[in-house]
Amino acid sequence: MKIRFVLNEKEMTLDVPPDRRVVDILREDLNLYGTKECCGSGECGACTVLVDGESRLSCLMLAVQLENKRLTTIEGLSQDNRLHPIQQAFVEYGAVQCGYCTPGMILAAHDLLSRNRHPTRDQIREGISGNICRCTGYQKIVDALEAASAKIGKEKT
Amino acid sequence: MHPEIPKIGTSMLRCDAWSKVTGKEKYSADFYEGNFLWAGLKRSDVAHARIKRIHTETARRQSGIVAVLTFRDVPGSNRQGIVKKDQPVLVEERVRRIGDPVAMVLAETRTALSEALNAINVEWDPLPAVFDANAALSGDPLIHAESSGNILAAVHVEKGEGESALSDCKTVVSGRFVLPRQEHAYLETEAGFAQMDADGKITITVSTQSPHRDRKEVAEALGLPVERIRVIAPYLGGGFGGKDGATVQALLALAALHANRRPVKMWWDREESFLYSVKRMPAEIICRIGASEDGLLQAMDCRILMDAGAYDHLCGEILALAVEHAGGVYRIHHVAIDGKSVYTNNPPSGPFRGFGVPQITAVIEQLVDMLAERLGQDPLELRIKNVLHQGDQNPVGVTMMHSTGAIACLNHLRAHTLWQERAAWKQSAGAFKRRGVGIALLSHGLGYGPIIPDIGNAKIELTSEGTFKIDASVSDMGQGNASTFLQIAADLFNQPPERLELVLPDTDKTLPSGSSAASRTTYTYANALIGAAAKLKERLFEKSASRLGVNSTDAFEMLPGKIRHLPSGREIMLSSLADGLSDSERTAVHSWQAPVATEKVRAELKSVFGFPHIVFSYAAHLAAVEVDLLTGAIVICRYLAMTDGGRILNPQLFEQQIHGGIAQGIGYGLYEDYRVENGCSRTPNLTTYILPTAMDVPEMESCALPLFEKTGPFGMKGIGEIPISGPLPAVANALADACGIRIFQPPMTPEKVLSALAEKQNDKDQKT
Repeated sequence: MKIRFVLNEKEMTLDVPPDRRVVDILREDLNLYGTKECCGSGECGACTVLVDGESRLSCLMLAVQLENKRLTTIEGLSQDNRLHPIQQAFVEYGAVQCGYCTPGMILAAHDLLSRNRHPTRDQIREGISGNICRCTGYQKIVDALEAASAKIGKEKT
Repeated sequence: MHPEIPKIGTSMLRCDAWSKVTGKEKYSADFYEGNFLWAGLKRSDVAHARIKRIHTETARRQSGIVAVLTFRDVPGSNRQGIVKKDQPVLVEERVRRIGDPVAMVLAETRTALSEALNAINVEWDPLPAVFDANAALSGDPLIHAESSGNILAAVHVEKGEGESALSDCKTVVSGRFVLPRQEHAYLETEAGFAQMDADGKITITVSTQSPHRDRKEVAEALGLPVERIRVIAPYLGGGFGGKDGATVQALLALAALHANRRPVKMWWDREESFLYSVKRMPAEIICRIGASEDGLLQAMDCRILMDAGAYDHLCGEILALAVEHAGGVYRIHHVAIDGKSVYTNNPPSGPFRGFGVPQITAVIEQLVDMLAERLGQDPLELRIKNVLHQGDQNPVGVTMMHSTGAIACLNHLRAHTLWQERAAWKQSAGAFKRRGVGIALLSHGLGYGPIIPDIGNAKIELTSEGTFKIDASVSDMGQGNASTFLQIAADLFNQPPERLELVLPDTDKTLPSGSSAASRTTYTYANALIGAAAKLKERLFEKSASRLGVNSTDAFEMLPGKIRHLPSGREIMLSSLADGLSDSERTAVHSWQAPVATEKVRAELKSVFGFPHIVFSYAAHLAAVEVDLLTGAIVICRYLAMTDGGRILNPQLFEQQIHGGIAQGIGYGLYEDYRVENGCSRTPNLTTYILPTAMDVPEMESCALPLFEKTGPFGMKGIGEIPISGPLPAVANALADACGIRIFQPPMTPEKVLSALAEKQNDKDQKT
């Protein structure tokens, strides 16, 4: 099936089988392996992408569902080698260890901060509770998101 | 001092963070190069059986199938294993657990692969199976025909008068504890990519903690000269011990032999990873400790039975480390510890962060609290009274000659407000809630111990551009050791990070330096790296001296990109210096071996390496919990960790390890229970196996005590494992403090808490 969508700000037309998942076209067909697959069943959040700005699990989504949508992957978050404030905060606050949950975590956080610009620590914890991290114990991720939300808030005002 | 140079002791930002937050870091699971094939496994669905016949004809005929391989296609010994080589690559005649691989398929697509795997039929001749470690002790059924019984390993330690001294103790407390399996659940499941080149050399890029050992193991299993195998280990998407040993390595190499020079990809999905990877070894531990009237520990007797599952996979060494830590961090003069790990037809156990210590610490640290309660003493003061100091003999008879900061950890914990103000905090619990505060004292032995040398071989190269290549020869599974190696080089060479390049583990490039394991990664390798840096620096100063025509090498200093002769101010660019050097002159190599205990201890060891240790890290943990009496849920409100890890090289990386270890320990204590019935997993996925989320892990406070270990690089000790041992006993002690109940078979789920509360109420009712 032919589908048209916007991938990381670029118009895209693809011919995909009807049963092919979003995570497969990203990783296998488009070489965008920044989107990770860890459970394939919607439990861990590692494959999170943004569809029209909202977080979606690319392992549970068929490519044909992208028709006319705007898809953002981790590769599309930083522009001209400038990190997004969330990415920058992850680097500075030590929120990255093995890094395998990181892309999905960052995109889930992006969705959270777009809905709630100044979340409390508890709201941050709730907002990322669909994303499993096995390395960090989450605390430095919460630190990073607190800092990122403050910075984004400042930039916007 | 140059402002951009990350000195030791500062929080240099990880050099892998940028590539990881942008999604550009390429892990082993991210390779899809060229015209690659998918490789997958047909596994046994019975726990113990002889293979009568494997029917592969239908699968072979299916479209998109390149090869269907069985043991007949394995050219070598077909045996894998770290200590005991008891695990076949592809099973010849007998499967010993559900999931043993019997055939491998190479296919053009994943769909073709799964159809072909479904089309393979195996005729089984079932054998009696054993799923209980106690029952397996009899040796019937025998799981490995070449063994004399099912006991894989046994350790017996005696000190003083042993068990008999318990009868002289005024107070004795005892308990029988059953510890569950734990699944590593690294986010990157087992993955690799392999290809054979025109010369017959096979390159395997794989998510592994031990590339050099893999190389030898693969070569032997496949009967190939070791030179034909190259193993590359990119950053791992988590490991935690679960990628120390065979996963996909030999299978991929075998696939590459049959792939007509095409690359081959193997990537287990989550369920395959859950079902067939090793687990933290489950244990049944019966332990008694005895003390005098005033609370001085005098004697202990401990029996440990561990279920190794179907294969060795370091289960003897895990048992030995459990035995070694059975008496905790205490002066106990009379000790008897008996440990066995036995083969069963269960899923194989193996290394998992902590390596036997979390299991045993869950026991001794609860018993010490039970003793304090019995004696009416404060649990912290009781620990302080009995804790090991430098110069003391530990419970297995090794003198603590190295830094021994356990007492400092306890003292700092005692002074903390969470301990000081615990009474008020406990009293302010709401309706139907109870609060409690519990502590645990921890230690963890560093390195491989005796017999298998714990060696790092570091290499540093000055490039012709005047920059440095730093070998990070031990895998970085996420703990950030590669970044630390770079930070060390930056400090020692006085160079900013952009003038340094890391070389990740690659058996063609980096030297064998052991596994990323045993809290030894930075401790051992950084020591080697410091040696290599000193050699190279000395050589560069000599060359500079001869260039400048001065006699002494003392008066030189390294600056970013150059070397300065201090008395004259003259400078030589590193690039120009490098120009005049041969390849071997530009490279320095240094080998360093970790110290081992040389004292004689009274221990009988059967099939066990690595006992005992000599250098330990220490920690004291505190958990403040609130128990919901209506639901049985335990909420950890605050968590505190005081750690003696010697000098801290990078505070941020240190804290990452402490936080992560605590979170995994909370999982072990409260949620995670990999359940197996009749050899079959009841928790094969993330729906049924519960991992802690951001909602379940509390705010943690980590304090590093300013101590120094003389054998450590810059004074550091490894702390990757120690934090995971704390949460289970600290929370269990807090639960007992809150409600007066104990759960001897964790995890401490709400269901178990409620039934323990009901049982306590029943006992009370019966008494009145």
